[in-house]
Amino acid sequence: MHPSLLTLTDIRKSFGGVRALESACLELRRGAVTALIGENGAGKSTLVKILSGIYQPDAGEIRFDGTAVRITSPQAARALGIGVVHQECLAFDNLSVAENLFVNSQPTRGGLVKWSELRARATTILRELGADFDADVPAGRLSIAQKHVMQIARALTHESRVLIFDEPTASLSQRECAELFRIVRKLRDAGCALLFISHKFEEIFELADRYAVFRDGVSVSAGQVSDVTSDELISLMVGRPVSQLFPKAEIQPGAELLRVEHLCRAGEFEDVSFALRGGEIVGLYGLVGAGRTELAQVLFGINAASSGSFTLAAGTAGVALVPEDRQGQGAVLPFSVAANIALPNLATLAPRGWCSGARESALARQWIDRLGIKAQGPEQPVHHLSGGNQQKVVIAKWLARNPGVLILDEPTKGIDVGAKAAVHAVTSEFARAGGAVLMISSDLPEIIGMSDRVLVMRRGKVRGHFTRAQATSESLLRAASDA
Amino acid sequence: MSVAIPRIEGSARRDAVFAALTLALFLAVTFAFPGFATPRSVAGLLDDTAILIMLALGQMLVIMGRGIDLSIAANLALCGMMAALFNRAWPGMGVAPVLALSLIAGGLLGACNGLLVWKLRLPPIVVTLGTMSIYRGAIYLLSRGAWVNENEMSREFLAFPRGEFLGVSVLSWISLAVAAAFVFAMQRSKAARDLYAAGGNPEAANYSGIDPGRMQFLAYTICGAIAGVCGYLWVARFAVAYTDIALGFELSVIAACLIGGVAISGGAGTAAGVVLGCVFIGIIRSSLPLVGISVFWQMFINGAVILVAVLLSARQRQFKRTILEARA
Amino acid sequence: MKAASLMRWETMLAAVLIAGFVVFSILSPYFLSVDTLSDATFNFTERAIVALPLALLIIAGDIDISVAAIIALASVAMGMASAQGAGTGGLVAIGLGTGLLAGCINGALVAIGRVPSIVATIGTMTLFRGAAYAVLGDRVLKDYPDSFAIFGQGYLVGPVSIELALFTLFAILFSVFLHRTRWGRVTFAVGANPVASRYSGIAVNRYRFALFALTGLFSGVAAVLLTSRLGSTRPSIAQGWELEIISMVILGGVSVWGGKGSILGVVLAALVFGLMTFGLGLMNIPGIVLSIFTGLLLILVVAVPALVNRR
Repeated sequence: MHPSLLTLTDIRKSFGGVRALESACLELRRGAVTALIGENGAGKSTLVKILSGIYQPDAGEIRFDGTAVRITSPQAARALGIGVVHQECLAFDNLSVAENLFVNSQPTRGGLVKWSELRARATTILRELGADFDADVPAGRLSIAQKHVMQIARALTHESRVLIFDEPTASLSQRECAELFRIVRKLRDAGCALLFISHKFEEIFELADRYAVFRDGVSVSAGQVSDVTSDELISLMVGRPVSQLFPKAEIQPGAELLRVEHLCRAGEFEDVSFALRGGEIVGLYGLVGAGRTELAQVLFGINAASSGSFTLAAGTAGVALVPEDRQGQGAVLPFSVAANIALPNLATLAPRGWCSGARESALARQWIDRLGIKAQGPEQPVHHLSGGNQQKVVIAKWLARNPGVLILDEPTKGIDVGAKAAVHAVTSEFARAGGAVLMISSDLPEIIGMSDRVLVMRRGKVRGHFTRAQATSESLLRAASDA
Repeated sequence: MSVAIPRIEGSARRDAVFAALTLALFLAVTFAFPGFATPRSVAGLLDDTAILIMLALGQMLVIMGRGIDLSIAANLALCGMMAALFNRAWPGMGVAPVLALSLIAGGLLGACNGLLVWKLRLPPIVVTLGTMSIYRGAIYLLSRGAWVNENEMSREFLAFPRGEFLGVSVLSWISLAVAAAFVFAMQRSKAARDLYAAGGNPEAANYSGIDPGRMQFLAYTICGAIAGVCGYLWVARFAVAYTDIALGFELSVIAACLIGGVAISGGAGTAAGVVLGCVFIGIIRSSLPLVGISVFWQMFINGAVILVAVLLSARQRQFKRTILEARA
Repeated sequence: MKAASLMRWETMLAAVLIAGFVVFSILSPYFLSVDTLSDATFNFTERAIVALPLALLIIAGDIDISVAAIIALASVAMGMASAQGAGTGGLVAIGLGTGLLAGCINGALVAIGRVPSIVATIGTMTLFRGAAYAVLGDRVLKDYPDSFAIFGQGYLVGPVSIELALFTLFAILFSVFLHRTRWGRVTFAVGANPVASRYSGIAVNRYRFALFALTGLFSGVAAVLLTSRLGSTRPSIAQGWELEIISMVILGGVSVWGGKGSILGVVLAALVFGLMTFGLGLMNIPGIVLSIFTGLLLILVVAVPALVNRR
């Protein structure tokens, strides 16, 4: 019997012209938890999708228990005994929790679903996981964290020999995390091979036996967790020592530009108060579902607050928001770079209504140069650009408006390191020019590196207020999760 | 041991409220016109609504899968004409081959819609707009614009849907059977649950190995098959076949689905709700002449009912993310 | 937006138009006379005038199936007003006003009531047409002032009818609006990605409301022209027109998913339509055969790009 249950060798995968995986190798051993580490865009999620049968690799070999296999569909993955908890929220809001757990894998007899068995099994698994909701609840009523627990439960509904968890603890409370770890250990002791993708080093060192590091689509290192430190892991992830990443300039804060007082929005956040001064970069940290994006939406004007207020200082040019979902909310993908940049600026570009292609191109060229956007020209459709360049376009369109306050929601999620540095540089420059920045991020090194102050939200409230000196990974994490 | 009846969010309560409303309406009309509740009258009501019920159930499958079928009435008319022409040419063959022909022809016509939507990912509204025109035109080509009249139809052809059993016509029995089958299948069969999933979240369905396009294909085929059989039933019931039968009826069918709680965004709808929607429309239609409202108001009232129903449904469709409500 | 593929589609339409001209002039000796062609335009101008704002609406990601019902309602309103003795000016005001009001109802349902536009307009279509039937029943209203006839039956100069002139004027205005102004740009943005548009500071729901109101208004215009041309009103007026108008728009290359399309394409499609209807009528082929061609064309319009993209 092979010690390795699942091995991937030299996996390659491209999308269009973008190479997501160059030469990916991975070895999952029985009875061991392997942590897969890498930055956003390193190829981890692509690998997970290949293992779960959603994508097919362009090249490379997969061996399961010594035999070469091709995982051609999610059904095939399940038949092999591979269970996956994806990062995305894949819930069927219109179905009950029990049904969600067994979509396309219901116990049946003659094409008819055996409901009592389905419900019984669902209840058992949920109880094992310590879930605080019933199997009969419609999934649409669950919170994001609960939906994530439901997805974990789904992965446990069939006998798996390989289990993959893609950032499972992003929105879990401390207690839910402890339950998950207990189950992971139980599965490991029973001989499963587990793959655990996480950004949180504390978790990795607590739970994982082995590690594998990816960078830019390539496996750079693998080994025993006991043989390595977190700094070494970060260096492997990033390819250079950590300190170089966040060029933080010291800027004297100016006048107050935004004051938020006891802001509430029913069901999303409550009693949020803080102030932003010109020249400041204030980080907003918290777990997924803490209410940060909802706060940003109210400050930007997408949604209305139910009570409380926020005021912009007189003469300030307004609030700009670079949203979290780059492709859905940030850019109009079929439009060109120039058209995207022009969209919020039409009032100034076309004051009497007439659009001028020349003016829009000129503006676009200006920003292409300033931000280093890699595009064939202002007319290139944005959906041809890489994630990092798309993000630069989204930032450009708002900077062109010269706002007083810039809110960035996960600005470097899923973009490569070079573009990340560029985004940070632009943000610092904006602050230096007197603007105020509110940066929402789940990336601890980014928040700690970039912010003058850090606010931490948990379950809709501001739970912590840290100066630059006080903001450490431990203190922020503790404030963000249930202690 | 109790079997947990799966709950589509909000639907059980909605259906109960709507059932109560329908009953209230029925009682109100009966109170004013006691003749409305006689067995004869109720049987007539069932008879009038039978075809609408079956078509609406087929349409429900399509809409649940995030599609729409505007060609359903044209499909019905074409199959009805085919049935009538077949019967005129071979009257001795009886009803069974006619039923089979209608079923298969309707299924094929529906499958054309389904294939275009599945394999080419064409927008359902454009596809079925197109096939609606094609199928209607095909009726003309098939019949050269001529009608098939009652005297050209065989006795069995005409008698089949009108046969009576326990005071209720065979047509009504067929629709009751179809309705019962749907109610059962929607809750118990795996295929139906997969359709709910595919319509509710196509991306997640893909991750789970369900092909939403394939589910749409099946929905269109079944809907077409039902339309085909209803084509024969319509032609036999009204004893005439011509190009323009059921012209515009697709909108009544879709309206019945909307009133019955089927969400245009997919993934939600119950067979019971749809049947109630049809009965509701049927009661209104039958009671108008009794109340002295001219039939010309029928359409307007239908429109008002649709708008009220969809406004109420749109309100329900806000699932709040409960960040603050989740317990620690 | 204005991708190369769209230019190719308009070229194709132009080719079909020219081919149709050639074919019909060969097949029928009456075809190529100025008077005949001038008469031919009446076949499509009224529908095409509604297709213009509807194209904007579909590009913005919505749809309005109630346009023909609005025409009927406006026509009935005008007929009732005329029976009460209203003059031409008043009739035009009532026709336009009814259309605008109906469009606002659609807009309110969609923008404020959050009802999906296809569902809302199925409802209002039934409601408006139902109102026309409820008010008029099976009567016909024929009592219109003489001066009213000029809109639908009058000529501007030579063989150019007032309807054709109006259509040309509107086509130019809409084209400029859509392709040259910032509100046209917003229309494309809202259709391509309404969420990103909202996140770019655009009042998406206000635009959608305005487009529905505009579509209603121009349905009123069509109602004035049609009623003026026929000289009478019945509740079944313009029956089935909504599908023909939508077909015109889709045939013109406007994508049902939103965010793509051009006025030139819609104009060419309208011309093709009018040509086909008239030509086939001249050859005594019943209109229902035309609908087979329309259906096939519709499917081809969306299938061909899909097949090409699969490669």
